[in-house]
Amino acid sequence: MTKKTVFQPTDTSNPDYYHRVVDCQWACPAHTDVPGYIRLIAQGRYADAYRLNRKSNIFPGILGRVCDRPCEPACRRGRIEETPVAICRLKRVASDLTDKNDIQLPEIAPANGKRIACVGAGCASLAVANDLLPLGYELVIYEALGTSGGLMRTNIPSFRLPADVLDQEIGMIIGMGADIRFNHPVESMKALLEEGFDAVFVGSGAPKGKNLEIPGRYDSDRIHIGIDWLESVAFEHVDSIGERVLIIGVGNTAMDCCRTSLRLGATDVKVMARKPRAFFKASDWELEDAEEENVEIVVNHSPKAFVIEDGRLVGMQFELMEYELDSDGRIESSRVTGETIIPCDDVVLAIGQENAFPWIERDLGIEFDRWDVPVVDTVTFESTKTGVFFGGDAAFGPKNIIWAVEHGHQAAISIHKYCQGGDIADRMPDGMNLVSAKMGIHEWSFSNSYDASARHQVPSVHLGGRFKQLDIEVELGFTSDLAAEEVERCLNCDLQTVFTEKLCIECDACIDVCPVKCLTITAAGTEEDLRTRLTAPAKNLDQGLLVSGALPQTGRVMVKDEDLCVHCSLCAERCPTAAWDMQKFTLERPYAGDQHIPEPLRKSGT
Amino acid sequence: MTYIRRPNVVHPDMPSNELGLTARDYEGGISSLCAGCGHDSVTSAFVQALFELSIPPHRVAKLSGIGCSSKTPAYFASASHGFNSVHGRMPSVATGANSVNRDLHYIGVSGDGDSLSIGFGQLCHAIRRNVNMLYVIDNNGVYGLTKGQFSASADVGTTAKKGEVNIQPPIDACMTALTMGCTFVARSFSGDKEQLVPLLKAGLVHKGFALIDVVSPCVTFNDHLGSTKSYDFTRQHYHPAIHADFIAPAGEITASYRDGDTISVVLHDGSRVVLRKVDEQYDPTDRIASYAFLQKHAAAQEIVTGLLFIDDAKPDMHETHKVVEQPLNSIDFDTLCPGQSALAELQNRFR
Repeated sequence: MTKKTVFQPTDTSNPDYYHRVVDCQWACPAHTDVPGYIRLIAQGRYADAYRLNRKSNIFPGILGRVCDRPCEPACRRGRIEETPVAICRLKRVASDLTDKNDIQLPEIAPANGKRIACVGAGCASLAVANDLLPLGYELVIYEALGTSGGLMRTNIPSFRLPADVLDQEIGMIIGMGADIRFNHPVESMKALLEEGFDAVFVGSGAPKGKNLEIPGRYDSDRIHIGIDWLESVAFEHVDSIGERVLIIGVGNTAMDCCRTSLRLGATDVKVMARKPRAFFKASDWELEDAEEENVEIVVNHSPKAFVIEDGRLVGMQFELMEYELDSDGRIESSRVTGETIIPCDDVVLAIGQENAFPWIERDLGIEFDRWDVPVVDTVTFESTKTGVFFGGDAAFGPKNIIWAVEHGHQAAISIHKYCQGGDIADRMPDGMNLVSAKMGIHEWSFSNSYDASARHQVPSVHLGGRFKQLDIEVELGFTSDLAAEEVERCLNCDLQTVFTEKLCIECDACIDVCPVKCLTITAAGTEEDLRTRLTAPAKNLDQGLLVSGALPQTGRVMVKDEDLCVHCSLCAERCPTAAWDMQKFTLERPYAGDQHIPEPLRKSGT
Repeated sequence: MTYIRRPNVVHPDMPSNELGLTARDYEGGISSLCAGCGHDSVTSAFVQALFELSIPPHRVAKLSGIGCSSKTPAYFASASHGFNSVHGRMPSVATGANSVNRDLHYIGVSGDGDSLSIGFGQLCHAIRRNVNMLYVIDNNGVYGLTKGQFSASADVGTTAKKGEVNIQPPIDACMTALTMGCTFVARSFSGDKEQLVPLLKAGLVHKGFALIDVVSPCVTFNDHLGSTKSYDFTRQHYHPAIHADFIAPAGEITASYRDGDTISVVLHDGSRVVLRKVDEQYDPTDRIASYAFLQKHAAAQEIVTGLLFIDDAKPDMHETHKVVEQPLNSIDFDTLCPGQSALAELQNRFR
């Protein structure tokens, strides 16, 4: 019927194709198998869910509370109806309901004689330790403070992340044999290098809060740098604050500062933003949590000066701003329309943070760029000096915990290859596994029926009960029943629709039954061309098209727009020849221990 | 048989029609036919045609007899009226329903068994009366519901799934309809919705009996090598003679046609069917020539498809019998039932 044309069928042998379909996993920096572990949660297999989670994301309990959750905005459910699956809080369930004694950690190989130094005991260094300790490495972790966890402990308030959760998950890693040296700040990289470590990993974070140099800044001791102040609160050096507090900045740190203030005695807390709401850096849910606690968020106020009277901070002067936006919502111009003074007792500056390396001598061969941050390879995490690696916020500036964990995994691969004499740039690619989910004529090994429920709210402590103590955890977490219901909202994006063109008889059954009209049989063409003539418009260019080879009877091609597929499996159920199959996709992501070290290069341990 | 419900999720860019409905609003229950059955594609084409014509679902009556095909009215337009009648008797029920309410769109769905064997006489008389309805035969050449015996439309020489060869000559629904004086005769294929959907639309609007014989393969009992009603055989022997574009009353002709290649037929409600000749020798307004063309190509085992014959001028059953214009349910009781004396007067006329 249609003549054949030259075109390129989709290469599904590249794991990236199906990986991209699993939106949450693709968006996660550590590529956690989200649908896989939340399905285990629904089955009540909490320890298995924890284990699966821990393969990529070494802190399920911690990140189940405070992850920046890039997975959720990416979730397909958000494109089908309004809200994504509550992935992050489901992760917490896996941790809450698992006895950590059930989590067997890998066996530790005999010592291989290699010694690695890690600077800082935060999430990046801990991820390196997690991957290298089982391989027989000796890890020495230098930590300036008296506790582990870095910003996870000092900057995230305990009402969001209780200390025992941190202790438990960090303890699992340290317990594999890391030599952690508290109260031991590294003051000279030169001296550290002279100690003869086989490799050095810098995971010292971004410990310097940005300052606001405006008049009056140094005339009062009631003006605090956000992350330093949170640290003082965490170590109980600070246990009170004035009644009226202004927080400058609207990032996630600002949200922690305002909510902490409420727990230290403040009654009137305002978060002051220079720009309108659309420009806030804080995650939507963190803003919501703060607003629920009656924090006022004031927009279009640009700080001008601190108002000091008789040596005492009495308020802050702001310029009132107005912005012209262009059609894309970007700021075109701004103007000042007036000024105002807002009275306050304390000000907390939460306008960002940066990494700082006063302790790295600049003549060691570690290059710094023009912003004075080290030059680090984005794949190997190696600096310009061989054997010195960076990760976490220390590498590319402030990101978040899950990015730091992924940096740690990648740096661990590099360190392992470096120490064993391999080429650190020659890394194992991702692999994948596809297994049919067919259990019977119309039975699948997953819950394929679409559940129309809306997102479930996580139960939390009522407003009146939250502020008595700093460490009352606000969220109570999902119960097992609520979790199982929430998991039903997952669209099982890892159950891939796999097509075998030679079996297709072009009966149109799949096209007819598809509820979202994502299938089309049409003449072959380029992707750009195909997108214009599908059953339903395929406007989301971030989502791939699965294009088959020529079909046996007419030479046309099967095209699937992945964008809105709800993985209901009806195409496969209605296919008479099993040309469509639902197959469970598992990303096989290599870690340090999986890397192949060529035998001739392998150095024997001492 | 599929157990789960079709997810109630709508593509955000799904178009809506003049009534504000999407195509999904014209769907019905999930099909219990075999996976891959051609009939499901015909069902899907019905959904599309009703949606595109913006027909309010409650203005449609679906009628059927017995057979796989006759189950399909349950799978589309679930907000419409429906009647599942005795085997082969759907044309009588449709004629009766049409007699009392001429304002509804009547859709009869039947099969080659229901129409060409047990209900053959019924079909012929409905055509003869020119009942205003769309009559679709899902034609697969076998009795699917009783495990695949040859039906009356099976070609000579075609083999059953286990190898028996058919020796009985077939009844061709389109040739039968032409000889019965049918005013709208078309043939199509379940695997070609580009052709089928405009045909269904034209058939729904056509005033009079519109017959569409749809080759709709039985994926379980008649989709093998040796079958002449399989997906593969149909595609190999497909001969589109004439392509019909349906254009709604106010619609513009957007497709471009070469001069002299097209015939435009205006239907009673002002909509048009633009017929494009795929085979130059074909004339869909000449009944005798059409019949000859079909005979010639049937001998060559070619499946001629398209709108094979159309005559929108012939009076339908209501015109012929001078039936009152309103549906009977909209006429007040006294007019409808004028009483004992009126009956006596009528009876006296026959004494």
